[in-house]
Amino acid sequence: MNRLDGNAMAGDLREIFAFDVTAAEYTCAGCGAAEAIGALMLWGQEMGRVARCPHCDDVVLRLVRATDRVFLDVRGAVRLELPLAGS
Amino acid sequence: MARAALSGRLIWRAATVTEARQESPSARTLVLDVPDWPGHLPGQHVDVRLTAPDGYSAQRSYSIASAWRDEKSATVELTVQRLDDGEVSPYLTDVLEVGDQIELRGPVGGWFVWREAQRRPVLLLGGGSGVVPLMAMVRARGLARARQPFRLIYSVRTPDDVLYRAELPRHVRDDPGFDLYLNYTRKAPEGSPNAPMRVNVATINTHGWPAEFEPDCYVCGPTTFVEATADILVALGHDPKRIRTERFGGTS
Repeated sequence: MNRLDGNAMAGDLREIFAFDVTAAEYTCAGCGAAEAIGALMLWGQEMGRVARCPHCDDVVLRLVRATDRVFLDVRGAVRLELPLAGS
Repeated sequence: MARAALSGRLIWRAATVTEARQESPSARTLVLDVPDWPGHLPGQHVDVRLTAPDGYSAQRSYSIASAWRDEKSATVELTVQRLDDGEVSPYLTDVLEVGDQIELRGPVGGWFVWREAQRRPVLLLGGGSGVVPLMAMVRARGLARARQPFRLIYSVRTPDDVLYRAELPRHVRDDPGFDLYLNYTRKAPEGSPNAPMRVNVATINTHGWPAEFEPDCYVCGPTTFVEATADILVALGHDPKRIRTERFGGTS
Protein backbone atom coordinates (compact mmCIF):
# COMPACT_ATOMS: atom_id res chain seq x y z
CA MET A 1 0.00 0.00 0.00
CA ASN A 2 1.19 3.49 -0.77
CA ARG A 3 2.44 5.69 1.98
CA LEU A 4 1.39 9.32 1.92
CA ASP A 5 2.04 12.32 4.17
CA GLY A 6 -0.30 13.68 6.80
CA ASN A 7 -1.11 16.62 4.57
CA ALA A 8 -3.12 14.27 2.35
CA MET A 9 -5.59 14.11 5.27
CA ALA A 10 -6.24 17.85 5.12
CA GLY A 11 -9.58 17.52 3.32
CA ASP A 12 -10.96 14.82 5.60
CA LEU A 13 -9.94 16.78 8.71
CA ARG A 14 -11.15 20.08 7.35
CA GLU A 15 -14.56 18.50 6.93
CA ILE A 16 -14.65 17.93 10.69
CA PHE A 17 -12.75 20.93 12.06
CA ALA A 18 -13.06 24.62 11.33
CA PHE A 19 -9.27 25.00 11.14
CA ASP A 20 -6.49 23.29 9.25
CA VAL A 21 -5.27 20.53 11.55
CA THR A 22 -2.41 19.51 9.22
CA ALA A 23 -0.54 22.73 10.06
CA ALA A 24 -0.88 21.99 13.78
CA GLU A 25 1.98 20.43 15.71
CA TYR A 26 1.31 17.26 17.69
CA THR A 27 3.39 15.90 20.53
CA CYS A 28 3.76 12.16 20.17
CA ALA A 29 2.50 10.08 23.11
CA GLY A 30 5.07 7.43 22.24
CA CYS A 31 8.37 9.26 21.83
CA GLY A 32 7.59 12.86 22.77
CA ALA A 33 8.65 14.28 19.41
CA ALA A 34 6.81 17.40 18.26
CA GLU A 35 6.06 17.57 14.55
CA ALA A 36 3.49 18.90 12.10
CA ILE A 37 0.45 16.70 11.52
CA GLY A 38 1.25 17.21 7.83
CA ALA A 39 4.51 15.33 8.35
CA LEU A 40 2.90 12.14 9.71
CA MET A 41 3.30 8.92 7.76
CA LEU A 42 -0.12 8.14 6.36
CA TRP A 43 -1.67 4.95 5.08
CA GLY A 44 -5.16 4.13 3.88
CA GLN A 45 -7.83 5.87 1.86
CA GLU A 46 -10.82 8.08 2.54
CA MET A 47 -12.71 5.25 4.28
CA GLY A 48 -10.01 4.71 6.86
CA ARG A 49 -6.64 6.27 7.54
CA VAL A 50 -3.83 5.51 9.95
CA ALA A 51 -1.19 8.15 10.63
CA ARG A 52 2.06 7.25 12.36
CA CYS A 53 4.81 9.31 13.92
CA PRO A 54 7.80 9.53 11.53
CA HIS A 55 10.16 9.42 14.54
CA CYS A 56 8.94 6.27 16.33
CA ASP A 57 6.29 4.66 14.07
CA ASP A 58 3.61 4.80 16.80
CA VAL A 59 0.05 5.40 15.66
CA VAL A 60 -0.79 9.05 16.36
CA LEU A 61 -4.16 9.35 14.70
CA ARG A 62 -6.81 7.16 13.15
CA LEU A 63 -9.71 8.36 11.05
CA VAL A 64 -12.53 6.03 10.08
CA ARG A 65 -15.49 7.03 8.01
CA ALA A 66 -18.84 5.23 8.15
CA THR A 67 -21.88 6.11 6.07
CA ASP A 68 -23.28 8.66 8.50
CA ARG A 69 -20.40 9.45 10.90
CA VAL A 70 -16.71 9.80 11.40
CA PHE A 71 -14.55 8.26 14.12
CA LEU A 72 -11.38 10.07 15.04
CA ASP A 73 -8.91 8.41 17.41
CA VAL A 74 -6.14 10.73 18.58
CA ARG A 75 -4.77 8.77 21.50
CA GLY A 76 -1.25 8.88 20.05
CA ALA A 77 -1.00 12.63 20.50
CA VAL A 78 -0.72 14.05 24.01
CA ARG A 79 -1.33 17.55 22.75
CA LEU A 80 -1.92 19.69 19.68
CA GLU A 81 -0.43 23.11 19.16
CA LEU A 82 -2.32 25.29 16.73
CA PRO A 83 -1.33 28.55 15.09
CA LEU A 84 -4.09 31.12 15.53
CA ALA A 85 -5.51 32.88 12.50
CA GLY A 86 -3.49 35.89 11.44
CA SER A 87 -0.30 34.69 13.09
CA MET B 1 -20.11 29.16 18.77
CA ALA B 2 -21.31 25.91 17.27
CA ARG B 3 -22.75 27.82 14.38
CA ALA B 4 -19.49 29.61 13.67
CA ALA B 5 -17.61 26.32 13.79
CA LEU B 6 -20.05 24.71 11.39
CA SER B 7 -19.84 27.50 8.86
CA GLY B 8 -16.07 27.07 8.79
CA ARG B 9 -16.27 23.45 7.72
CA LEU B 10 -15.43 22.35 4.27
CA ILE B 11 -18.07 21.50 1.72
CA TRP B 12 -18.08 19.84 -1.68
CA ARG B 13 -18.72 22.21 -4.57
CA ALA B 14 -19.48 21.65 -8.22
CA ALA B 15 -16.63 22.87 -10.42
CA THR B 16 -17.03 23.43 -14.15
CA VAL B 17 -14.25 22.71 -16.64
CA THR B 18 -13.73 25.87 -18.69
CA GLU B 19 -10.57 24.86 -20.52
CA ALA B 20 -8.32 21.81 -20.91
CA ARG B 21 -4.68 21.93 -21.99
CA GLN B 22 -2.52 18.94 -22.85
CA GLU B 23 0.81 19.33 -21.01
CA SER B 24 2.43 16.08 -22.13
CA PRO B 25 1.23 12.87 -23.80
CA SER B 26 -0.08 11.69 -20.43
CA ALA B 27 -0.86 14.86 -18.47
CA ARG B 28 -3.54 17.46 -18.84
CA THR B 29 -4.32 20.74 -17.12
CA LEU B 30 -7.95 21.35 -16.27
CA VAL B 31 -9.03 24.93 -15.76
CA LEU B 32 -11.96 24.90 -13.37
CA ASP B 33 -14.45 27.54 -12.48
CA VAL B 34 -15.42 27.18 -8.83
CA PRO B 35 -18.13 29.56 -7.59
CA ASP B 36 -17.23 31.35 -4.33
CA TRP B 37 -13.65 30.14 -4.47
CA PRO B 38 -12.02 31.57 -1.32
CA GLY B 39 -8.53 31.78 -2.79
CA HIS B 40 -5.56 29.51 -2.08
CA LEU B 41 -1.90 29.40 -1.19
CA PRO B 42 0.67 27.79 -3.49
CA GLY B 43 1.17 24.16 -2.46
CA GLN B 44 -2.39 23.58 -1.32
CA HIS B 45 -4.49 20.84 -2.85
CA VAL B 46 -8.09 19.95 -3.49
CA ASP B 47 -9.96 16.70 -3.15
CA VAL B 48 -11.85 15.57 -6.23
CA ARG B 49 -14.77 13.16 -5.99
CA LEU B 50 -16.27 11.21 -8.85
CA THR B 51 -19.53 9.35 -8.39
CA ALA B 52 -20.76 6.63 -10.72
CA PRO B 53 -24.46 6.28 -11.60
CA ASP B 54 -24.70 3.31 -9.20
CA GLY B 55 -23.50 5.49 -6.32
CA TYR B 56 -19.95 4.17 -6.15
CA SER B 57 -17.60 7.07 -5.55
CA ALA B 58 -13.85 7.57 -5.60
CA GLN B 59 -11.92 10.46 -4.10
CA ARG B 60 -8.40 11.69 -4.86
CA SER B 61 -6.25 14.65 -3.92
CA TYR B 62 -4.75 16.88 -6.61
CA SER B 63 -2.34 19.74 -6.12
CA ILE B 64 -3.36 23.13 -7.39
CA ALA B 65 -1.08 24.22 -10.23
CA SER B 66 -2.15 27.83 -10.50
CA ALA B 67 -1.38 30.81 -8.32
CA TRP B 68 -4.31 32.71 -6.96
CA ARG B 69 -4.54 36.17 -8.47
CA ASP B 70 -7.17 38.17 -6.62
CA GLU B 71 -10.65 38.15 -5.13
CA LYS B 72 -12.26 38.31 -8.56
CA SER B 73 -10.66 35.08 -9.63
CA ALA B 74 -12.72 31.92 -9.23
CA THR B 75 -10.38 29.83 -11.36
CA VAL B 76 -8.38 26.87 -10.19
CA GLU B 77 -6.04 24.84 -12.39
CA LEU B 78 -5.21 21.21 -11.74
CA THR B 79 -2.62 19.28 -13.72
CA VAL B 80 -3.43 15.60 -13.71
CA GLN B 81 -1.03 12.84 -14.71
CA ARG B 82 -2.71 9.73 -16.09
CA LEU B 83 -1.97 6.54 -14.18
CA ASP B 84 -2.85 3.74 -16.55
CA ASP B 85 -4.30 1.54 -13.81
CA GLY B 86 -5.85 4.54 -12.07
CA GLU B 87 -9.50 4.80 -11.18
CA VAL B 88 -9.83 8.56 -11.33
CA SER B 89 -6.97 10.05 -13.32
CA PRO B 90 -7.78 8.50 -16.76
CA TYR B 91 -11.23 10.01 -16.50
CA LEU B 92 -9.77 13.44 -15.75
CA THR B 93 -7.10 13.26 -18.47
CA ASP B 94 -9.05 11.58 -21.27
CA VAL B 95 -12.80 11.68 -20.74
CA LEU B 96 -13.81 14.90 -19.04
CA GLU B 97 -14.71 17.70 -21.48
CA VAL B 98 -15.05 21.45 -21.34
CA GLY B 99 -18.43 22.24 -19.79
CA ASP B 100 -18.49 19.09 -17.64
CA GLN B 101 -18.68 19.30 -13.87
CA ILE B 102 -16.81 17.51 -11.12
CA GLU B 103 -17.16 17.64 -7.34
CA LEU B 104 -14.36 19.43 -5.59
CA ARG B 105 -13.45 20.27 -1.99
CA GLY B 106 -10.80 22.74 -0.97
CA PRO B 107 -8.41 24.39 -0.85
CA VAL B 108 -6.86 22.32 1.93
CA GLY B 109 -3.47 21.79 3.52
CA GLY B 110 -1.58 24.53 5.33
CA TRP B 111 1.71 22.69 5.78
CA PHE B 112 3.12 22.04 2.31
CA VAL B 113 2.65 25.68 1.31
CA TRP B 114 4.90 28.61 0.55
CA ARG B 115 3.96 32.02 1.91
CA GLU B 116 5.43 35.19 0.57
CA ALA B 117 6.23 36.22 4.17
CA GLN B 118 8.86 33.45 4.29
CA ARG B 119 12.13 35.28 3.69
CA ARG B 120 14.50 32.36 3.19
CA PRO B 121 15.78 31.01 -0.11
CA VAL B 122 13.67 28.16 -1.44
CA LEU B 123 14.71 24.85 -2.92
CA LEU B 124 12.04 23.02 -4.86
CA LEU B 125 12.54 19.38 -5.80
CA GLY B 126 9.95 17.80 -8.05
CA GLY B 127 9.77 14.30 -9.50
CA GLY B 128 7.38 13.81 -12.43
CA SER B 129 4.00 15.39 -11.76
CA GLY B 130 5.32 16.27 -8.30
CA VAL B 131 6.27 19.52 -9.98
CA VAL B 132 2.63 20.66 -9.91
CA PRO B 133 2.43 22.26 -6.44
CA LEU B 134 5.97 23.60 -6.92
CA MET B 135 4.79 25.27 -10.13
CA ALA B 136 2.09 27.03 -8.11
CA MET B 137 4.87 28.38 -5.88
CA VAL B 138 6.95 29.51 -8.88
CA ARG B 139 3.89 31.19 -10.39
CA ALA B 140 2.92 32.87 -7.11
CA ARG B 141 6.46 34.17 -6.67
CA GLY B 142 6.47 35.53 -10.22
CA LEU B 143 3.07 37.14 -9.80
CA ALA B 144 4.10 38.82 -6.55
CA ARG B 145 7.49 39.82 -8.00
CA ALA B 146 8.94 38.33 -4.85
CA ARG B 147 12.71 38.37 -4.41
CA GLN B 148 13.42 35.26 -2.38
CA PRO B 149 15.86 33.20 -4.45
CA PHE B 150 14.18 30.08 -5.81
CA ARG B 151 15.79 27.01 -7.30
CA LEU B 152 13.80 24.24 -8.90
CA ILE B 153 15.30 20.82 -9.56
CA TYR B 154 12.79 19.02 -11.73
CA SER B 155 13.32 15.37 -12.53
CA VAL B 156 11.52 13.70 -15.42
CA ARG B 157 11.92 10.48 -17.38
CA THR B 158 12.25 11.93 -20.87
CA PRO B 159 12.02 15.34 -22.56
CA ASP B 160 8.44 14.49 -23.60
CA ASP B 161 7.41 14.29 -19.96
CA VAL B 162 8.32 17.87 -19.05
CA LEU B 163 5.24 19.72 -17.85
CA TYR B 164 4.94 23.50 -18.41
CA ARG B 165 7.77 23.24 -20.92
CA ALA B 166 6.96 26.55 -22.59
CA GLU B 167 6.27 28.44 -19.39
CA LEU B 168 9.22 27.36 -17.23
CA PRO B 169 11.86 29.01 -19.46
CA ARG B 170 9.79 32.20 -19.34
CA HIS B 171 10.04 32.23 -15.55
CA VAL B 172 13.79 31.71 -15.81
CA ARG B 173 13.95 34.69 -18.18
CA ASP B 174 11.48 37.02 -16.48
CA ASP B 175 11.68 36.23 -12.76
CA PRO B 176 15.00 37.44 -11.32
CA GLY B 177 16.45 34.94 -8.88
CA PHE B 178 14.68 31.87 -10.25
CA ASP B 179 16.83 29.00 -11.50
CA LEU B 180 15.75 25.74 -13.09
CA TYR B 181 17.63 22.48 -13.46
CA LEU B 182 16.02 19.72 -15.49
CA ASN B 183 17.16 16.21 -14.67
CA TYR B 184 16.40 13.29 -16.98
CA THR B 185 16.26 9.77 -15.64
CA ARG B 186 15.73 7.68 -18.80
CA LYS B 187 16.42 9.75 -21.87
CA ALA B 188 18.19 13.08 -22.03
CA PRO B 189 17.57 15.57 -24.87
CA GLU B 190 19.78 15.46 -27.97
CA GLY B 191 23.16 16.96 -27.27
CA SER B 192 22.79 16.98 -23.50
CA PRO B 193 26.15 16.72 -21.75
CA ASN B 194 24.65 14.61 -18.96
CA ALA B 195 23.73 10.95 -19.22
CA PRO B 196 20.27 10.07 -17.85
CA MET B 197 20.39 9.42 -14.11
CA ARG B 198 18.34 9.75 -11.00
CA VAL B 199 18.71 12.82 -8.82
CA ASN B 200 21.70 12.11 -6.58
CA VAL B 201 23.94 13.84 -4.05
CA ALA B 202 25.93 15.59 -6.79
CA THR B 203 22.76 16.89 -8.48
CA ILE B 204 21.46 18.49 -5.30
CA ASN B 205 24.89 19.67 -4.20
CA THR B 206 25.44 21.40 -7.53
CA HIS B 207 21.98 22.75 -8.28
CA GLY B 208 20.46 23.23 -4.82
CA TRP B 209 21.38 25.65 -2.05
CA PRO B 210 24.13 25.04 0.48
CA ALA B 211 22.70 23.94 3.83
CA GLU B 212 24.28 27.03 5.47
CA PHE B 213 21.76 29.18 3.57
CA GLU B 214 19.04 27.40 5.55
CA PRO B 215 16.63 27.25 2.62
CA ASP B 216 13.04 26.11 2.93
CA CYS B 217 12.93 22.84 0.97
CA TYR B 218 9.85 21.42 -0.69
CA VAL B 219 9.98 17.91 -2.10
CA CYS B 220 7.11 16.40 -4.07
CA GLY B 221 6.84 13.31 -6.21
CA PRO B 222 6.52 9.55 -6.07
CA THR B 223 7.41 8.01 -2.70
CA THR B 224 10.77 6.64 -3.88
CA PHE B 225 11.80 10.05 -5.23
CA VAL B 226 10.68 11.88 -2.09
CA GLU B 227 12.46 9.52 0.29
CA ALA B 228 15.71 9.40 -1.67
CA THR B 229 15.73 13.17 -2.10
CA ALA B 230 14.83 14.02 1.51
CA ASP B 231 17.57 11.63 2.71
CA ILE B 232 20.12 13.40 0.50
CA LEU B 233 19.05 16.79 1.84
CA VAL B 234 19.50 15.61 5.42
CA ALA B 235 22.87 14.05 4.54
CA LEU B 236 23.95 17.38 3.04
CA GLY B 237 23.19 19.04 6.36
CA HIS B 238 19.73 20.49 5.80
CA ASP B 239 17.55 20.76 8.89
CA PRO B 240 14.77 18.13 8.65
CA LYS B 241 12.38 20.75 10.07
CA ARG B 242 12.92 22.82 6.92
CA ILE B 243 12.16 19.94 4.57
CA ARG B 244 8.52 19.57 3.67
CA THR B 245 7.46 16.56 1.67
CA GLU B 246 4.42 15.53 -0.29
CA ARG B 247 4.28 12.02 -1.61
CA PHE B 248 1.61 11.06 -4.05
CA GLY B 249 -0.11 7.75 -4.23
CA GLY B 250 0.79 6.81 -7.78
CA THR B 251 3.67 4.53 -8.63
CA SER B 252 6.84 6.14 -9.93
